[in-house]
Amino acid sequence: MIQESLPLEASLVETIKDERPKFIHRFWKSGMTKLGVFLLLFLVLFSYVGPLIYRHSAINSHLLATDASPSAQFPLGTDSVGHNVLAQLMVGGQSSLEVGFAAAIVAMIFGTLYGMISGMAGGWVDTVMMRFVDILLSIPSIFILLFLNAVFQPNIFLMIFVLASTAWLGVSRLVRAEALTIKNQLYVEAAHAIGTRTLRIMVRYLFPNIIGTVLVASTFQVADAILYMAGLSFLGLGLPPPTPNWGGMLSDGMNYMFQNSWWLIYPPGLCILIAQVSINLIGDGLRNAIETRER
Amino acid sequence: MIKYIIRRILESIPTVIGVTIISFVLIHIVPGNPVRIMLGNHYTPLRAAELTKTLGLNKPVWEQYFIWLGNLLQGNFGFSYTYEKPVASLMLQALPHTIIIVVVAVLLAHVFAVFLGSVQAYFENSKFDQIATVINYFFYSMPSFWLAVLLVIFFSIDLPWLPSGGIVNTQLSNPGFGDWAKHLILPIATLFLVSVAGWARYMRSSMREALLQDYVRTARMKGSREFRVIFIHALRNSILPLITLFGLSLPALLSGALFVEEVFNYPGMGLLYWDAVNARDYPIIMGVTVFVGLVTVIGNLIADILYGLVDPRIQY
Repeated sequence: MIQESLPLEASLVETIKDERPKFIHRFWKSGMTKLGVFLLLFLVLFSYVGPLIYRHSAINSHLLATDASPSAQFPLGTDSVGHNVLAQLMVGGQSSLEVGFAAAIVAMIFGTLYGMISGMAGGWVDTVMMRFVDILLSIPSIFILLFLNAVFQPNIFLMIFVLASTAWLGVSRLVRAEALTIKNQLYVEAAHAIGTRTLRIMVRYLFPNIIGTVLVASTFQVADAILYMAGLSFLGLGLPPPTPNWGGMLSDGMNYMFQNSWWLIYPPGLCILIAQVSINLIGDGLRNAIETRER
Repeated sequence: MIKYIIRRILESIPTVIGVTIISFVLIHIVPGNPVRIMLGNHYTPLRAAELTKTLGLNKPVWEQYFIWLGNLLQGNFGFSYTYEKPVASLMLQALPHTIIIVVVAVLLAHVFAVFLGSVQAYFENSKFDQIATVINYFFYSMPSFWLAVLLVIFFSIDLPWLPSGGIVNTQLSNPGFGDWAKHLILPIATLFLVSVAGWARYMRSSMREALLQDYVRTARMKGSREFRVIFIHALRNSILPLITLFGLSLPALLSGALFVEEVFNYPGMGLLYWDAVNARDYPIIMGVTVFVGLVTVIGNLIADILYGLVDPRIQY
């Protein structure tokens, strides 16, 4: 039975493959998307290549030059304990990008599995699984994240899982909705009829069709995770020192805003903003490219 | 209709119960003896024994949950040992402060977003539309806490017009309504700016779709003035999704309020929660978590019912 189904399956997979070059073309043709990609590339270079060129420690305190305004020695000045702000921004970018992407990937994998299982199972299993998502979504993430961070005082790995613990919810809902529509498509019914196992249907038919939705949702999750991480650090419950973080730098800077220490406030905020804008632009670009395919 | 409302209310009960379970479980994953944790620095054997009895900690966990739930239903949210006050009275004190900034910001943001989005859609791809889109994008991506800090720098430090935090000027002997209102401007402005951008984006696409509909063409053909076509025919239909969007954006609003309250040292629910987290004041943490969950569920419920009321196309 399964042997006979192969040519049909192969032709379906072919159609999906044919879409790929066009998809990349559509994604890349928008100027806004290009801007997003360049901004993200800039952040990556700034955070990872920057420290190789600008070789100054982010952790060492220059006790003779605390709260110094920008100069040749410190292009973005120093903070109240003499940290080099530029060097801190670069290292802070590393943890932000790593945690942001890792949390989104963990959330994407878990959310996709959860949503696919819920949608395919249907019936009361689906009701119970989605009700659980609804309940967790009812409590604003920041309240849960703040509490978890206060109790567990996370390192970088725990932080990834704490952020993912709320980020997967949205993904699973979207995946489940897609799974419900695809489940009733003729080609899935046909696959069922020729005796294809559910697991195979999920991998060969469901997954290729939802990968677009998953990709778009996860892209926005990267932005959210970076924002939440900065927000938690801003509220004093981020990664423990000495790891610098944009949000933590900003909240330190806030204590000195009456002294006009603009270099403590604008650069970290701008970094968070660039991360948000770039990833949101890329997410919008992906969504537009995918929606056109579906039209 | 009534049937639908009752069904929706009944449907949200399990979610509410779920929220209470999550809040209860959250506290119980904290390692350590709960009584010692709840009492914190105020630990005495006598108090511990008393609290163990009130919470029923010598009983099985599920029974503890029902005791706690029973107390919640009677409005007893527990006792905060950092403030030496019942949690319910602390929350009642903080709540009006949060309600005023959130409600005013949401109302203003809705009105402005509807207007801006409609105008953008009408003049699609004009210079105005393009500039507004870029500005929207900017504020949409802006972290609320950074925006709050920037507003303080611009309007409290560089231009010393507005207070940078709190709700009352302690230096005035008789601070009146004007002083209070002044303290509200920056928190409301922050929440307004971060909410308006997303909603305007949404409104723009919703209005754009409405303007392409047949009934708009019909209205034009029968000679209605352009103003009437846009603001009566198209707007009424394109505004509907915003009701659902409001329900969905409630968690984001409450999160935003938490950051804003922290920056402006504004004594609302968010600041109460943040202080409680820092002091590990678990009764407050549990109380506020249940409360914000409840607000979100009820908000979504109201949005759903409202949607059904204003859209006659919805069948039950």
